[in-house]
Amino acid sequence: MPPPTARAERLVNLVLALLSTRQFLTAERIRTTVAGYEEARTDEAFYRMFERDKAELRELGVPLETGKQSVFDTVDGYRIARGDYELAAIDLAPDEATAVALAARLWDSPQLAGAARTAVTKLRAAGVEVDPAAASEVQPRVRTTEPAFAPLLAAARAGRVVTFTHRSHPAADPRTRTVEPWGVVSYRGRWYLVGHDRDRDDVRCFRLSRIADDVTAVGSRGAVTRPEGVDLLDLVARSAGPPPATGTARVRLVPGRAAGLRRAGRPDPQGDPDVVELDLSRIETLARWIAGHGPDALVLEPPELRAAVIDTLRAARDADAGAPAAELAR
Amino acid sequence: MTAEGVTDRLPRLLTLVPWLLARPGVPVADAAAEFGITESQLRRDLELLWMCGLPGYGPGDLVDLSFEGDTVTVVYDAGLSRPLRMSGPEAATLAVALRALADAPGVADTDAVQRALAKIEQASGQATDGPVEDAVAVGLGRAPGNAAAEAAVRDGVARHRALRLTYYSASRDAVGRRDVDPMRLLLVDGSTYLEAWCRRAEGVRMFRLDRVDDAEVLDEPSSPPSTATPREVPADAAGLLTPDGRQQLAALRLAPAARWVAEYYPMEDVVADDDGGARVQMRYGDRAWMVRLLLGLGEHVEVLWPAELAAARADRAAEALGAYGS
Repeated sequence: MPPPTARAERLVNLVLALLSTRQFLTAERIRTTVAGYEEARTDEAFYRMFERDKAELRELGVPLETGKQSVFDTVDGYRIARGDYELAAIDLAPDEATAVALAARLWDSPQLAGAARTAVTKLRAAGVEVDPAAASEVQPRVRTTEPAFAPLLAAARAGRVVTFTHRSHPAADPRTRTVEPWGVVSYRGRWYLVGHDRDRDDVRCFRLSRIADDVTAVGSRGAVTRPEGVDLLDLVARSAGPPPATGTARVRLVPGRAAGLRRAGRPDPQGDPDVVELDLSRIETLARWIAGHGPDALVLEPPELRAAVIDTLRAARDADAGAPAAELAR
Repeated sequence: MTAEGVTDRLPRLLTLVPWLLARPGVPVADAAAEFGITESQLRRDLELLWMCGLPGYGPGDLVDLSFEGDTVTVVYDAGLSRPLRMSGPEAATLAVALRALADAPGVADTDAVQRALAKIEQASGQATDGPVEDAVAVGLGRAPGNAAAEAAVRDGVARHRALRLTYYSASRDAVGRRDVDPMRLLLVDGSTYLEAWCRRAEGVRMFRLDRVDDAEVLDEPSSPPSTATPREVPADAAGLLTPDGRQQLAALRLAPAARWVAEYYPMEDVVADDDGGARVQMRYGDRAWMVRLLLGLGEHVEVLWPAELAAARADRAAEALGAYGS
């Protein structure tokens, strides 16, 4: 096998030759004219070499066109249309270039940071001045510390089914899941896998931090196709985001206290400066927040929220009845 | 020399020619830095390109480079005058990041981000076939804060001006005014933070941008003391809040329903119990904040020690029940 340098050289020559021709070049023509292919001593060796080279170019995103030069041709030829190959004209204003520089710094996973870096280098090769260090006083970062991230991204991009061990919440028993991965999503600073859960035959979102370090891609590439029109972010937002408000709570606040509730709430329509209205979705969640303020925040309405807060306060009053003994045992 | 894979080297070679073409006489060292390789690797790339060209491979068909001192100039590009279009993953990582920035309060000029996004998407439009494009998405999902205050903070950071903030402190559950010397803006875990020297606290503090109710750019430079050094960007938002050793420590028993507390707040120690709950040790700075957390958790958390924290919670609960007349 020729050394890698020879292969890189041959591939550059192939790209240059196919870019410079308007005619489709047959494999046989390429073999006799493009430098590097003379190393193939047999037909079989040449075709193996040429197939690998075509696959390499396509993997890289080089748009290889195939076609026949005339109706008399019996085999397909190849060429690269310059307009499809070249990065389209792009002109960024200084503030737009700064935005691109910031965007390229967002990622810390090697897969994503590497792609962002080569994208910026291409822009710079096209004469677009993107200064990678622009706006250095801003540090945007989407962290990817979960070990499951890289294998899941790779599987989603390759369209391969994955299996892994997962806990639905920290205290749950671990289970093995088999999922058709559609993508990975960072939502509110947390990473999720979105896909079709084969065991439950339904769309599911999985927190990456609850997926064990045993992600395995099974099955062939391209076996998974995401249904048309699926919005990954929307799926995660609906699964992990706050539920929509179903009602309104009225809460009386002690003047000068409970600033957080006051900021989150709306002023009282009846004009009482010490009453706020809050969106109510999950009673349990809002009750926990309000109960935390003790006598500084009293629920006026609805009665079921008022009852939930009073229950929480009673439980809090009585929860540590045994605490002094525990203190001794320390 | 370790044999570098063609998959890494070929795209670099194809980008290198137009990159050099746009920068006649560029130092070889600069080119190496741009592509993240050593100077000797770059020289090997140039030697290889010198051997490449158009069929015929006569003197006028080959890529031609001229070297002068430590600089290089492309004399003939053999048709490689523009870079290859962006690949699907390349376009996606930039586009997804730009969409996230557009969504991040205060980090960047949203209008410029939107314009840049439109241009990147247009320029890479032909590359977006295939399933790779949206295998990654980012959403911050935060309610927007005060846009005018965010703009003022960004302005203060960019122009190195001191800021007067009206800030809601979650730990004290109170809104207060403070003058700060801005250092950096950080986007961590989907929230934007201003890292600044707080003149009142005489220390470096993180201010979450959606808790800035008002900001005024002061007519004086930002001048944090030389001892104020930016913190290592933490792995997650919990890292921003990691309390220091001077603060108080409590031992808690979390029932399964309160186990999330151990994921949400930084813990000193977590021992899982068989029932799905856990025993944890947790540091806290402000006792009133801790009592609020404990009150809201009701029967789902037990204070193992200190006893005075347990007593404070019970007293506060009794007082509230009295106010309800229960």
